[in-house]
Order: sequence, then structure tokens, then C-alpha cells
Amino acid sequence: MIVFDSVTKTYRGMTAPALDHVSFHVKPGSICGVVGLSGAGKSTLIRCMTGLERVDSGSIRIGSIDITALSGAELRKAQRNLGVVFQHFNLLQQRTALQNVMFPLLVAGVGKAEAARRARELLHLVGLTDKLNSYPSKLSGGQQQRVGIARALATNPKVLLCDEFTSALDPINTKSILELVKRLNSELGVTVLIVTHQLSIAQQACDSLIVIDEGHIVEDGPAQAVLKSPRSRILRAMVTTLAWS
Amino acid sequence: MKVLTRLVTNGLLETLLMVGASGAVSIILGTLVGAGLTFFSDPALGRDWPINRRLRLDQILSLIVNVGRSLPFLVLMVAIIPFTRMIMGTSIGTRAAIVPLSVGAIPFAARVVESSLREVDRGVVEAALVMGASPSQVVFRVMFPEALPSLVMGFTLTLVSLVNFSAMAGAVGGGGLGDLAIRYGYQRFRTDVMLATVAVLIALVQLIQWAGHALASAIDRRR
Repeated sequence: MIVFDSVTKTYRGMTAPALDHVSFHVKPGSICGVVGLSGAGKSTLIRCMTGLERVDSGSIRIGSIDITALSGAELRKAQRNLGVVFQHFNLLQQRTALQNVMFPLLVAGVGKAEAARRARELLHLVGLTDKLNSYPSKLSGGQQQRVGIARALATNPKVLLCDEFTSALDPINTKSILELVKRLNSELGVTVLIVTHQLSIAQQACDSLIVIDEGHIVEDGPAQAVLKSPRSRILRAMVTTLAWS
Repeated sequence: MKVLTRLVTNGLLETLLMVGASGAVSIILGTLVGAGLTFFSDPALGRDWPINRRLRLDQILSLIVNVGRSLPFLVLMVAIIPFTRMIMGTSIGTRAAIVPLSVGAIPFAARVVESSLREVDRGVVEAALVMGASPSQVVFRVMFPEALPSLVMGFTLTLVSLVNFSAMAGAVGGGGLGDLAIRYGYQRFRTDVMLATVAVLIALVQLIQWAGHALASAIDRRR
């Protein structure tokens, strides 16, 4: 469902590439974790995948579409196959929960009535039926992230990309948001990519695991197997932190 | 007393006409220019443009705005007299003063709009782009609505500056409260006119500021 093929990206003025020939693939309907420390290349991976940055070489396919080959209106259409959930929610502060979820639909040219119907349905799905007309400032962090997830699912994407999406939440909310994403994965069959620096998140939710360090993939395999016998220095160091949490 | 009331009332009406008309023009055109400044200086929004052309347009627009901002209003007013005459048919009087007031306030309003739009959370702008919003949809359906309370405060600032500028309109035969204070209060030693004018000007600015603040608070959903 997601295929990275030898993706390389070097930012202007930098000598070391942020991503260096990164290749991996994610099976349809699975939950895959991308784990790494700050500066490992996680953000670059997300920015390339969402079309915010251009890759220097290689390709990124989501479904059957190579998004690195697209620009303008074609890219915008392809971006609807990918729902993104953000660390800081990034909700429109001047719009209600319902209007936030309607936004990607209205932008895609869906009619107002149809967008509102779908947004209500999605907010019901994430358990916010009673918060339709609340503004983000009146919602808790966990509730805001539920709106964020509903919004990411609005255009019925094949892939849900979660960018450090529990880092701003307390442990209780983290757990319930993870449960929600797992439920959406099994109910809707949406492929999930969770990018995080917290190994515990990957351990709780992911089927497969990719570890990234200094722009390279250092581990790639089924989550249980990778966590049981870490080969890389970086993952061994991260696994020791798991025992503490 | 009757004469004083009539003088001040006339002055106030002239000031309101000048500030109202030039305020409307400068807010509308300043908004467009400010949106352009924001758009061309932002690599994420202007990504579908060739980078050189985008930066060139940004430089040109920015230069024009800076030129407008660097002229003292009194100089601007006399420098563009031919332009004023072309538009209004005359370069003298309250109506003629609307032209230089507008020209002077457009760059000011444009910078106000630009800084309000830049304040919009970067994460929200990128989120909209990632959702497949086009750059113009991001500007008009994300940045402007999100920046609205800040824009209202900025436009309040613009109107208050226009009250200030309009006091100089007397130099080209425009009327208004500033002109009244100079001609009657200062040159004819009419302390009563001076005091009345000052009081009305203070009240006017207070009113604009209060109304702007109240409106901005009423539409702000962030708290």
C-alpha cells in the first residue's frame, strides 16, 4: 500500500542527506511503526510523503500513485488518498469540530450538505457526537485529536499517517487514541503508518516496525520479532528505555 | 457657543468622510496587496510558481510598499497632486484629500495584513496544504478566517492612523478637525475651538479603538 523506493533527500546547504536511499513497504490494512530519535529523518520522511518537500531521487507510491511524480492539481488530488494526524492537532481555531471535519471535503469540491452529513458520521465514529458545534479551544487535547482523526478520514483515504500523534497527550488519552486508531484500522481497513520517537507506542499498536537512524533504515520487520532481538545500536538503546516506562 | 458647535460638527463630519472613504479604500486594496506579499514570500504557498518569478514579484511588491511607507504623509500629499487631480478633478478640499490619504494608508494596511496572516500557525497552514487545499484556498479559506480577529485589530490601527493623517489634510485645503484646530485654535487664538477639537479627536479615537477591540473579541474563538 505504501512503497518507498530508494528515496533520497538532502536539504539545501546540508552535506549529509536527511534520507539516504530509504526503501520499505507497508502491507495494505496493516499498522506500521516508523521509530527513530529526533533528527533521524522521521519528519523528512513525513514531509516527502505528504508532498510538502520534493525528493531528490526515488519514488513514494501510495496505492498505485507515485506522489513524487506529481505537482499542482494532480498532487492535490493524490493527497486525498492520505489522511494525516498531527502532533499538535493543527485544527482550524475559528471553526467548530464539525466545520473542521468538513474542511477537506469542501476543499475537494464536495457539496455542503453532503460534507456535513459525512462529518457528522465521522465525529460519531470517533465518539464526539455531543461536540459537533464546539470550537477547538473548548475541547481537551484528547478530544481535539479525535477531531483531527475524523478530519484525516474525511476524504476516505487509503492511508492514515500519524505524526507523533500522541506526544502532546497524557497517558490515559494516549491509550484511548491508540485504541481508536486500532479500531478504525480493523473496521475501515485503512492502512496506518505511525511515526513516533516513543517505542512504547509502536509496541502497543504496530504489526510491523521500521527503525530509522541518520537517514538510513536500520531495522525492518514484524514488530514482535524486531523488538525481541534488536540488531541495531539505536534500537538496543531505545529498548532499554521500554523497561522503565 | 452656537458657532463653536457648528464649526466642530462640520469638522467632525469632514474628518469622518475622509477617514471613512480612505479607510474603506485602503482596507480593501491593502488586503489584496497584503495577501500578495504573503503569497509570494511563502515557498510552500508559491510552490507551483517558478521560484525566480515568485521572488521577483515579492521584491517588486515589497519595494512599492516600502516606497509608500517611507514618504512622510505631508510630502506624499503634495507629491501626488497631479494624480489626485486626475482622479477627483481637483487637488483642493476634503474630497481631494481622500486620494492621498488612501494612497498613504494602502501600504500601511498591506503590512498590517501581511503580519496578521504570517501569525497564523504554520502547522495549520501545512495541514491544509497536506489535505489537498490549493494555495489560494489556503490563503482565503484558512489564513484569512484564522487571522480575522488580528486583522480587525490591524484595521483599527489603520483607522486610527488615518485620523492622525487626516489632520494634515488642511495643508491642501482639506477640512476636518485637524484643520479646524490649526486655523481657529492656533492662528486665531480660539482656545475654546482648540479644546473642543482636541476633546472630539480623543473621543473619536477612543470610540474606534473600543469598537475594534469589541469586534475582535466577539469573533475570536480561540478563548
